[in-house]
Amino acid sequence: MEHVFIVALIIGGTALLSLPLGAWMKMAMDPAPGQMTGWTSLFGRIGGATEEQGWKRYLVTMLIFNAIMFTVTFTILGLQQYLPLNPDGMGPHDPTLVFNTAASFTTNTNLQHYSGEASMSYLSQLAGLMWLQFVSAATGIAALAALARGIAGRASLGNFMIDVQRASFLVLLPLALIVAMLMVLMGMPMTLQGSAVATTLEGVTQTIARGPVAAFLTIKQLGTNGGGFFGPNATHPLENPSFWTNGLAMIAIMLIPMACVWMFGGILGRMKHATVIFAVMALFILVKITGSVTFESAPTPAFAELPVSTDTGNLEGKELRFGATGGPLWAVLTTSTSNGSVGAMHDSLNPLTGLMPMAGMWLNATFGGVGVGMINMFLYIIVAVFVAGMMVGRTPEYLGHRIEAKEVRLAILALFSHAFLILGPTALFAATSLGQATVQDPGAHGFSEILYEFTSAAANNGSGFEGLGDGTWAWNIATGVVMLLGRYLPIILPLAIVGSLMAKRRAAESAGTLGVEDATFGTMLGLTVVIFGALTFLPAAALGPLAEHFSLP
Amino acid sequence: MAQHQNTSIFSAELIGPAIRDSFNKLDPRQLIRNPVMFTTASVALLATVLLVRSIISGGDIAFEAQIVFWLWLTVLFGNFAEALAEGRGKAQAASLRSTKAELKGKRVKGDTVKVVPASELRAGDIVLVETGDQIPADGEVVEGVASVNEAAITGESAPVVRESGGDRSAVTAGTRVISDWIKVRVTAEPGEGFLDRMISLVEGASRAKTPNEVALTVLLTGLTLIFLIAVSTLPAFAAYAGGSISIPILVALFVALIPTTISALLSAIGIAGMDRLIRFNVLAKSGRAVEAAGDIDTLLLDKTGTITLGDRQATDFLPLSGVREGELIEAARLSSLGDETPEGRSIVELAGAGETAPAGAEMVSFTAQTRVSGIDIGDRKIRKGAVDAILKLHDFDQGAVRQIRTLTEKIARTGGTPLAVADGTRLLGAIALKDIVKAGIKERFAELRRMGIRTVMITGDNPLTAAAIAAESGVDDFLAEATPEDKLELIRKEQSGGKLVAMCGDGTNDAPALAQSDVGVAMNTGTQAAREAGNMVDLDNNPTKLIEIVGIGKQLLMTRGALTTFSISNDVAKYFAILPAIFVALYPGLDALNVMGLSSPQSAILSAIIFNAVIIPLLVPLALRGVTYCPQSASRQLVRNLGIYGLGGLIVPFVGIKLIDLVVSGLGLA
Amino acid sequence: MNDIISGLRVTAATMAVCVAGYTTVILGFAQAVTPATANGSLITQGDGSVIGSRLIAQGFTSPEYVWPRPSAVDYDAAGAGGSNLSPANPELAERALALIAAHGRDGTPIPADLVTASGAGLDPHISLEGALFQVVRVAEARGVEPAAVRAIIDRLAERPGGVFTPAPIVNVLELNLELDAELASPASTE
Repeated sequence: MEHVFIVALIIGGTALLSLPLGAWMKMAMDPAPGQMTGWTSLFGRIGGATEEQGWKRYLVTMLIFNAIMFTVTFTILGLQQYLPLNPDGMGPHDPTLVFNTAASFTTNTNLQHYSGEASMSYLSQLAGLMWLQFVSAATGIAALAALARGIAGRASLGNFMIDVQRASFLVLLPLALIVAMLMVLMGMPMTLQGSAVATTLEGVTQTIARGPVAAFLTIKQLGTNGGGFFGPNATHPLENPSFWTNGLAMIAIMLIPMACVWMFGGILGRMKHATVIFAVMALFILVKITGSVTFESAPTPAFAELPVSTDTGNLEGKELRFGATGGPLWAVLTTSTSNGSVGAMHDSLNPLTGLMPMAGMWLNATFGGVGVGMINMFLYIIVAVFVAGMMVGRTPEYLGHRIEAKEVRLAILALFSHAFLILGPTALFAATSLGQATVQDPGAHGFSEILYEFTSAAANNGSGFEGLGDGTWAWNIATGVVMLLGRYLPIILPLAIVGSLMAKRRAAESAGTLGVEDATFGTMLGLTVVIFGALTFLPAAALGPLAEHFSLP
Repeated sequence: MAQHQNTSIFSAELIGPAIRDSFNKLDPRQLIRNPVMFTTASVALLATVLLVRSIISGGDIAFEAQIVFWLWLTVLFGNFAEALAEGRGKAQAASLRSTKAELKGKRVKGDTVKVVPASELRAGDIVLVETGDQIPADGEVVEGVASVNEAAITGESAPVVRESGGDRSAVTAGTRVISDWIKVRVTAEPGEGFLDRMISLVEGASRAKTPNEVALTVLLTGLTLIFLIAVSTLPAFAAYAGGSISIPILVALFVALIPTTISALLSAIGIAGMDRLIRFNVLAKSGRAVEAAGDIDTLLLDKTGTITLGDRQATDFLPLSGVREGELIEAARLSSLGDETPEGRSIVELAGAGETAPAGAEMVSFTAQTRVSGIDIGDRKIRKGAVDAILKLHDFDQGAVRQIRTLTEKIARTGGTPLAVADGTRLLGAIALKDIVKAGIKERFAELRRMGIRTVMITGDNPLTAAAIAAESGVDDFLAEATPEDKLELIRKEQSGGKLVAMCGDGTNDAPALAQSDVGVAMNTGTQAAREAGNMVDLDNNPTKLIEIVGIGKQLLMTRGALTTFSISNDVAKYFAILPAIFVALYPGLDALNVMGLSSPQSAILSAIIFNAVIIPLLVPLALRGVTYCPQSASRQLVRNLGIYGLGGLIVPFVGIKLIDLVVSGLGLA
Repeated sequence: MNDIISGLRVTAATMAVCVAGYTTVILGFAQAVTPATANGSLITQGDGSVIGSRLIAQGFTSPEYVWPRPSAVDYDAAGAGGSNLSPANPELAERALALIAAHGRDGTPIPADLVTASGAGLDPHISLEGALFQVVRVAEARGVEPAAVRAIIDRLAERPGGVFTPAPIVNVLELNLELDAELASPASTE
């Protein structure tokens, strides 16, 4: 019963909080004439650019800025042994790991093929990784604002350099300050001192890694980054000390992705449309949570024959302080939103529970990443509108924009690329020693580990079935490339769609036009997400989690 | 052309050739137009090659052969659907062609007249057409008047008058002059005439894919690519599990998943849409125009003939003070005896005293110039006609003139047209003529409003009359005292607001508006310029059809959308049939996914692929007839279609595959 | 080129504000308001030497101490991690069998948390049942009545999320410190 309370509180509470935040984000990112002029001109001066950009210019400046992000972090990580703020004397990294990590944090993925407390200096963590956790999230929010402006029929998409600062300084920073202070008050470590050395009661020496965790962790959650300060991420007691920090972190995971939907609706001036989208996303999330919590209440299958009590569910890889709901609930939230931090070890989840996070990443739009989740949903909307539009007997239109071959081509290409980036590399690694040699567990579960890793990379999620020995050059390069393509294609293609829509005459809406503000459209959208997003992965799911589940004794 | 014979979709005479054509259409150059079917054919070929290899080197030949058989049948069924849809048009085209082949023209050069085959006539030539001749080429009458039977084009046997000048000057090749003679200036080069265009239209030869069809093809091709990835990665996944999947089975899964159903029916749906219009005696110059009809936001409708019955009817006699009503009625009756127009006859009828005239009376006929008719009985000159025209006849008493003015204004306000009656120098009173609004038109407009379509009435009447008729008929808006320029202006204004506009017109001065509108329906009786400018031609000259044309356009898109939804939803069941069948060898536990309880893996695969093939011919009637269409709002439309074709698409294959499995296993096929 | 310069300027600004500024503010706030938890919730003895962190599990193997959950990284707080074993992996059963034997309570089903490793391998807690499961051994080793041990455990049991977490848990390090403080350990009585 407490499951229901917790879920209702976290999801419902975050949904409520997302409303005012969404309104604020609309104002901060897309101020009406006369609003926020001081900020806008300040950001214009800082960036030295104020031009109104079309979709191509916007995209080019965004990619250039992201290239700078990658380069700066690549340099810091590569040279960390020579740089300051390294109290524990962390040494050099393997170059493919530096590439993987820089790509991972630039793309808002935060897939980690390293263990933070064991190999990263404080400078690498803060100036390299935490900085990217701000600006990569800001990139996503900026891209969504630009997309929405285009759909709203504006003449230009805005200016990326201004947008990225708006998102960093006006959206992420204030929230991060508030949440980080709350985290500190709840007992989160925040120090620049090196590891503490303890002598235990039994006389053993224990080195306790610590660091500026509160600051890092907060933006990791808010920006759907997910990269942990410590290797085991939010299961680590110093990264998530109590039930309450766990709850606050889950709220932080969901907050901006939810608010992004409202921001989208706000810029469009179509809050009812946003409500329908929000409802569809929320429904998917609730289904996944129900599945996850239910499946995980089954005891650890390995203990079936042993005298182990069976009333507490599967506790392998879980922390007792989060309660029985914490692990499986977090698993769904973190993968629905492309966050990727973990509150329980996903590799040790029961097979069907493990399917829920994978499904979240396959869809990648049930709230999804900061900014980009809504952009992904836009792709499904295009497809749904196209099919539904025909069914009402008109050339399909989305908010007055006619959806024709070009838009469909771009949308389907984006959906195809998602499937391709997951299944293609998975096939390569599953069939060869590249992957086979690195799996930890026998049977179908080993396949799930490979599948999960590429799913997570392509969805820019960053969580992992961590049993995988993913520190090899092959894994570093393959997932690095997948993350880059998985990040930029789903931003470039939707912006291209919007560019194409903006060039066309806009149609008027009437009772004969497909409405996008009612439950019927919501149903259509949901079906589209299932059929175009999930069905593709059913064979893979059958050979992974489903095979594992049905093979259990 | 035989529009009025209602050939059934499945008549034997069409099915035979369609089956033959199904095989002709296996030509890769034709198949490539439909990427999904091309893909299906390609993998069927691959499976065939593998079957040959199995026959040589041994393998499960019986099972593989059945898969190959059904794969090819899937392709052939798709071809069959298209061929059947084309069949009707081909028959019509053949009859048109025979008409065309016989055409000969009497070319006039200076004083000489020479009979030449129609194919030698060039634009600008003058031909003489006399009683009994067929008009050899499209053109405009430059001299003479003739009755022309246009049944060859319109199916309507009542002759129409064609004369030089004005709006009835266009003639069409293949029609026959049945009295008098005309000289026609040829306007179309050989092979580019109306008849040629009709032939290629009904035949579907010039059928270019419409934008929506192109977009849907892109979507379906994209889906095919997605499933290609999903299926082609399976051997690697299976290898991880230490097993393998044979290629024929992968091919079967792939073909079952890709949207073959909608792809197979796609062109049939388009052709059938055009065909529905043709059977409705409307020729669309392109498929694009049919689709645009479904998108219409604003309908411009001519008042006369569309909203009101063509002719005004007398409804009231309004005597001036001091005039007996009986006197007015009798005078009105007498003066209208010479008026053969429907209006005149309606006055006589309303007066109710028959058509007898006093002996020795002389009729004064109504002409468009005088706008007056009357009767002379000795010295007594009784006249009736347009108020202005009557008032010009004499210097009538000022008081009576004022009274008449008051009466006319009153009549106009209620939507009527006033006529005045005078007996010599005495004004007697007015006759109220009224436009009779067609029965049921108000409901039609309400229907259109629910569909989100705005109706605008176009009329030459004054604003007062127009407003009254607009109110009575329930039209949303009106444009009174409309000139062709006003019409064009209105269309531009609507379009700048993002609306699509449809209209119909016939005159040369309608041409710019017809060209500007998104759907312009030209009346077949109209001028050549109008017929060129519009993107549809109504052979029956019935402007009311505009409303039905919108419905046909919508139905076309809805059919496409519904079958797409059905086809894609089918995949859920197909997955549940085939996946456990393939994977059960790798992980026996996955038999739990065999929710349909199919008897064996081979039977499951075969049943899915058989279902996938036979659903195509089963849906052909729906594709050709179109989904049931009733005018309602978009959201209710969506609820209905999503319910039937989305939910149906989920459920039907579960049932179908299970039944086929019972048969397949019962017959021991697998 | 202008874009690159513009990008570098934004880089500098975000680095200054979101990295340097933000970290400094949170660091200052934490060190001023909650210095104890901000530095890792360390537990020190009178002489200032660090015994451990109340948030970090440490290995206990002596019979007089309550044992924590197993750790896949042997309680290495500088390299934390979980087992990441799939839930059906036979290695889990092997580990559990060894632990069941070590706890030595044949016949009584062992609470699941005592045979499952946590995500970081540093879970400072065990379930209340897990603690009570060990009462007999601890009391025997310390030569006290089981009731005395049980009383301390009951006193230290907490519900981490109040009403949201019906199952109480116990912090192992705090419990063992309390056991040492209240009940003589065998080493000190000898």
